[in-house]
Amino acid sequence: MAAGFKTVEPMEYYRRFLKENCRPDGRELGEFRTTTVNIGSISTADGSALVKLGNTTVVCGVKAEFAAPPSDAPDKGYVVPNVDLPPLCSSRFRSGPPGEEAQVASQFIADVIENSQIIQKEDLCISSGKLAWVLYCDLICLDYDGNILDACTFALLAALKNVQLPEVTINEDTALAEVNLKKKSYLSIRTHPVATSFAVFDDTLLIVDPTGEEEHLATGTLTIVMDEEGRLCCLHKPGGSGLTGAKLQDCMSRAVTRHKEVKKLMDEVINSMKPK
Amino acid sequence: MEGPMRADAKVCSEGGTESSPRGPGCSLRHFACEQNLLSRPDGSASFLQGVAEKSRERLIRNTCEAVVLGALHPRTSITVVLQVVSDAGSLLACCLNAACMALVDAGVPMRALFCGVTCALDSDGTLVLDPTVKQEKEARAVLTFALDSVERKLLMSTTKGLYSDAELQQCLAAAQAASQHVFRFYRESLQRRYSKS
Repeated sequence: MAAGFKTVEPMEYYRRFLKENCRPDGRELGEFRTTTVNIGSISTADGSALVKLGNTTVVCGVKAEFAAPPSDAPDKGYVVPNVDLPPLCSSRFRSGPPGEEAQVASQFIADVIENSQIIQKEDLCISSGKLAWVLYCDLICLDYDGNILDACTFALLAALKNVQLPEVTINEDTALAEVNLKKKSYLSIRTHPVATSFAVFDDTLLIVDPTGEEEHLATGTLTIVMDEEGRLCCLHKPGGSGLTGAKLQDCMSRAVTRHKEVKKLMDEVINSMKPK
Repeated sequence: MEGPMRADAKVCSEGGTESSPRGPGCSLRHFACEQNLLSRPDGSASFLQGVAEKSRERLIRNTCEAVVLGALHPRTSITVVLQVVSDAGSLLACCLNAACMALVDAGVPMRALFCGVTCALDSDGTLVLDPTVKQEKEARAVLTFALDSVERKLLMSTTKGLYSDAELQQCLAAAQAASQHVFRFYRESLQRRYSKS
């Protein structure tokens, strides 16, 4: 009977739960779904991570290749993110060229990398003007159940922490690059940006970490990307119902606590991977 | 064909309004607006402020969707076409203003008007509203907001660069104050237009 009511009047069904300050899956309004992360599982990639936020699953693989640095910045490398939302993750996506949602997500991740300065592009330069690293970060969604931006940002951060680049020397005689695969070093990650997404309901209520159904019913969304010093890298609110300054402040404090939770989880996983 | 075009031209030159140059208390640059300058579309406006693109399109579209009363026009598609004539900084804010004025000109029912304001924060934390291209490039952070006319709530925001929470609140407050000027300009320009015809 509840299932019938849910199909006919999804918004009313949802409001009944919101009145009791909870959601259909039993969470409170400010509670995140269970987050699990698995780092370094893809051996063919230079760095990888798999993140699960409830049912939403995103895998990130980072491959490092050589390239000539751009002519206007000869001592910088590249970081090229790409978010792929294939038809297997949800019935709303069709096969073919990337849809609008995937393009917007890719642009969002590129902005986060650029704004947060997670990696100094100068660190990726091998020989100024001649050779630099380019990191291709591919984020593939395996299961779409809402809140894709948070999962992608976390997966990207975890994968970049896992990337090991071999040492490269330029041979003066032949001017060719020599790669020493035995000597690898980790990337220097300067900041740890963590994304927290909210959905706005009925122009007033804010809920954290919306599922796929909740995103569909929401009247607006908001994503805040914060680093460990409380600085904001991105305040992404693509239209939707309006928010007052006070509501924004509540979101900021939630984003701060979320950052602590995520950082703790990631540090635990990385420490557990270190050889004893 | 001659008649209607001349009428349009007359409407353009008389319907256009210009705001004062950066006067005291208002740090926005000079802006001007002309309405109904194209004969074929249902509504059109050009917004001159001072002298990307799937994600920018999505931002503008979502802002319009939040404000337009779509339920009054079922099975209807409203297409907003924005053509950049010249970019002298604060482009997204200018696009939002143009979109709002065009929707008003077309007579689309909306629950509120909206306006776009851009703030730039430079390296020592000074706030500059409505930055030029040079100021945007040198800024540490550039924040663009879309605010509604009823309660000055935040409809859309997109930011570039790193900034603190306190700076965000400061920029938001400055943007809300600046939006007063933009909405007053909308009102004046519409009054000018409708008092002639």
